[in-house]
Amino acid sequence: MTTVLRTSRPRLVEPPALPEPRGPLSAAVIGSLRRGPEILPPVEVTEPYGDDLQLALYCLYELHYRGFAGVEDDLEWEPSLLTVRAAMERVFLDALHDDVSPSDGSIDAVDAELESLLVEPLEARGVSHHLRREGERWQLREYVAHRSLYHLKEADPQAWVIARLDGPAKAALVTVEHDEYGAGNPDRMHAHLFAEMMLALALDASYGAYLDATPAQTLAEVNLMSLCGLHRALRGALIGQFAMVELTSSPGSDRLVRAMRRLDLPDAAVEFYAEHIEADAVHEQLVRRGVIAPLLAAEPALARDIVFGIRASGFLAERFGDLLLERWAEGRSALRHPLPDAPPIRPAAS
Amino acid sequence: MLTDEGPLLVSGPVEVVLPDGSRVRSDRPVSALCMCRRSRRQPFCDTSHRRKVRQDEGG
Repeated sequence: MTTVLRTSRPRLVEPPALPEPRGPLSAAVIGSLRRGPEILPPVEVTEPYGDDLQLALYCLYELHYRGFAGVEDDLEWEPSLLTVRAAMERVFLDALHDDVSPSDGSIDAVDAELESLLVEPLEARGVSHHLRREGERWQLREYVAHRSLYHLKEADPQAWVIARLDGPAKAALVTVEHDEYGAGNPDRMHAHLFAEMMLALALDASYGAYLDATPAQTLAEVNLMSLCGLHRALRGALIGQFAMVELTSSPGSDRLVRAMRRLDLPDAAVEFYAEHIEADAVHEQLVRRGVIAPLLAAEPALARDIVFGIRASGFLAERFGDLLLERWAEGRSALRHPLPDAPPIRPAAS
Repeated sequence: MLTDEGPLLVSGPVEVVLPDGSRVRSDRPVSALCMCRRSRRQPFCDTSHRRKVRQDEGG
């Protein structure tokens, strides 16, 4: 096969700037990244889903992806930072285990969990439902800004798990990832399509541009992926998280396409979610039949963690959705730094 | 591969000729072709075969 690639011109890529701290822990972590290891405060007292812990964790994970401007690459494996990261991960994971119901660890429980994701609730509450029905342009732009933290590195957290799989599960997972990365065409790479959508919506498409603007709820979803991707012990949970996204994304993407058409947004903006309607209809099949079924045959003990990954990512997705819908219902932005077209911050009622 | 509840999974790039003679190509490693005729993105699956439930039915 000969395909002429319509390749974007190679260009110099700058790593993003370090964010502003949001509390003592993130201040110490960001300080350590900027100036070299510092004394780090105890993690145990920190709110597990709060801004301080989630931002500190996000910054440490980012060292494994693209890093930050002015931060030494070697700090990725700095023992004092890995120690504090492990303590934060323990707090985060313990909270998730407390907040999601455990499974009995059977393969039937995995099947039942997947089955429950394969029905379409009518008149459901959710961000994509709201945007399709009555979402405003500023809300859609804001949603995309939140999502940029994951989608500009779409499929990267899940790529960590490849080396931990074997046989058919590995082959099927790589097939899905290959499609996520554009199947050899950089212009069809999902992260690239997302950046194109951001530009079409007049958003800043540079990597990490909205880190300071995104609240803990947004960071926690990405942190769960990085956490499960970076730990071999959590490979089952990573597969569960991946399944959750791939099984629910196609109908959600369809609603977002309809939201954008209703708002008369340009084709360049619509293409990302339009691509995901078809892509994730395929990925759903591949993840269930190609990845999970053979993985459970090879490692049945992973059944419990697969369900945990599905439920934990569902739990965090709901927290994120609730935040957006609550704020929007009040006519307020759900970003820490609202976009210029969001409603002005109203003065406190007198 | 023919799935029991949904689409036909086909490996490699596929070109499908539609009833009006137009051709649709998918360069995906695997494509999902709609078998239930409910997809709004023919000839590809858009998961429209999924069962719809009211909120009070759960799921």
